[in-house]
Amino acid sequence: MKEERLIQWLLLIIALSAISVLALITLFIFKEGLPIMVKVGVTDFILGRRWSPGKGVFGIFPMLMGSLWVTGGALLLGVPLGLAVAIFTTEFAPPYLSAAIRPAIQLLAGIPSVIYGFIGLTVLVPWIRSHLGGPGLSVLAGAIILGIMILPNIISISEDAIRAVPKEYRDGALALGATHWQTIWMVVLPAARSGIIASIILGMGRAIGETMAVIMVVGNAVKVPCSILDPTRTLTSNIGIEMGYASGEHRQALFATGIVLFFLIMLLNTAANIVIRRRSR
Amino acid sequence: MRFDPRTTQKVVKVLVWASALLTLAILLFIIVYILWRGLPMVSISFLTENPTRMGRAGGIFPTIVGTIALAAMAVLIATPLGLGTAIYLTEYTRESAITRLIRFGTECLAGVPSIIFGLFGFVFFVIYLELGWSILSGGLTLACMILPTIVRASEEAIRAVPRSYREVSFALGATRWQMVTTAILPSAVPGIVTGVILGIGRCVGETAAVILTAGSSLRLPTSLFSPVRTMAVHFYILAREGISMEMAYGTGAMLIVTILLVNVVVNWLIERLIARRRA
Repeated sequence: MKEERLIQWLLLIIALSAISVLALITLFIFKEGLPIMVKVGVTDFILGRRWSPGKGVFGIFPMLMGSLWVTGGALLLGVPLGLAVAIFTTEFAPPYLSAAIRPAIQLLAGIPSVIYGFIGLTVLVPWIRSHLGGPGLSVLAGAIILGIMILPNIISISEDAIRAVPKEYRDGALALGATHWQTIWMVVLPAARSGIIASIILGMGRAIGETMAVIMVVGNAVKVPCSILDPTRTLTSNIGIEMGYASGEHRQALFATGIVLFFLIMLLNTAANIVIRRRSR
Repeated sequence: MRFDPRTTQKVVKVLVWASALLTLAILLFIIVYILWRGLPMVSISFLTENPTRMGRAGGIFPTIVGTIALAAMAVLIATPLGLGTAIYLTEYTRESAITRLIRFGTECLAGVPSIIFGLFGFVFFVIYLELGWSILSGGLTLACMILPTIVRASEEAIRAVPRSYREVSFALGATRWQMVTTAILPSAVPGIVTGVILGIGRCVGETAAVILTAGSSLRLPTSLFSPVRTMAVHFYILAREGISMEMAYGTGAMLIVTILLVNVVVNWLIERLIARRRA
């Protein structure tokens, strides 16, 4: 029995590895980034509009706005499309089609982000440049690519939520003479609301955190975009581009950018968790 | 103004059909476009030769080696940890504050963006532990990244093993650990393997975390401390620095082929699992 207790303790230690990694990540990102954030001043760092690492001026407001614009655009495109697909597969699709769509969505989730970025760079960006004007590398390009990348998150979680709605709800609505769509719109979707919201929040997290695809299509100019055809730079692309050659305070400022990103992601994850938990009650 | 419900229903039906077809069309376009432009580049020599002139010519052999080395390293580290976590959560404890903490940690880790893993791997493994840009640093970083995937898949697989297996095992006088190793794990293998393969898929496609921790050297690695460049990183550098679009398409095609392979295997495993559960 002594052996059994040993195994139990070992397994407990192993089981704590995920939370330990999370703690280490937090510790090391803060250790590296916090000093420069304090030195510049947290508000100046977050609301500062100038980023000139050579002169020791670090303000990430343009990147924060860049992330928000691109993510907002991605949600505007990805949420309606994703929801429509989820409604299609759960309510309208003939069985053979919903069986075909499931692995397709899984594949969409598995395609590496550099491939999405590459498609954006070689197909989307030239198209925007010649048809809509501007440099092509733009908020719009980033929003479209991210909109596609968050589809699997939105579709799979919303699907689960819609499937979990009890059959009696539907039967009740249909018995009252509602059309299929009225049933979906007035009964099924409201009942699945929290799962759908969670899917949107998680999709938002994916969009804000995405790096490589975004670097390749948004142009990375440090400025607050005025139109969707302007280039921009996001929090993630700021880190991804400059990390390769940064040192000293510059590198610390990139870690501080990471702190802001990490904070936003944790906020979104917690929100999604709360929404999901409320549903299960 | 109110619309006739029947008309609305028809319009909606058209819209959701169009959305589904659009999504499938996007997926098909991405895959066909890359394969169509890239596969003509792929040949035996493309896969087995070293690149020359920074990747403008030659093959991609070292990046294939780099990809395999990193994915293998990550899986070797993450699988025992992930599986152990799953065994602990399902067989060795009840729901408590500790399990909630473990689940919370796993869930949060799953949401952390890869660039943050890259930053962490860079300060912790590359600098603090002095492992440098290497297979070891990159593999450890990727292991942290795929840990939640493996925990989730293993936990699901273990929970799906019928209660009766456990009861029979205990009735025969097995200890808990004997029960786990002889009764639970053998029937949970396909599910666990599914998680591992999904993890491999993520490692193969990952760029941000790898470029910051494993470096981007085009030389063949000689030890675990050698820096490597993976296919995904090679693809990114070729395309972004405009070194060679042809070589980028070729490397991209190999990435897509690998991911397709991963998906086919995973689907086959899942189908087998479902078939077995029905039987």
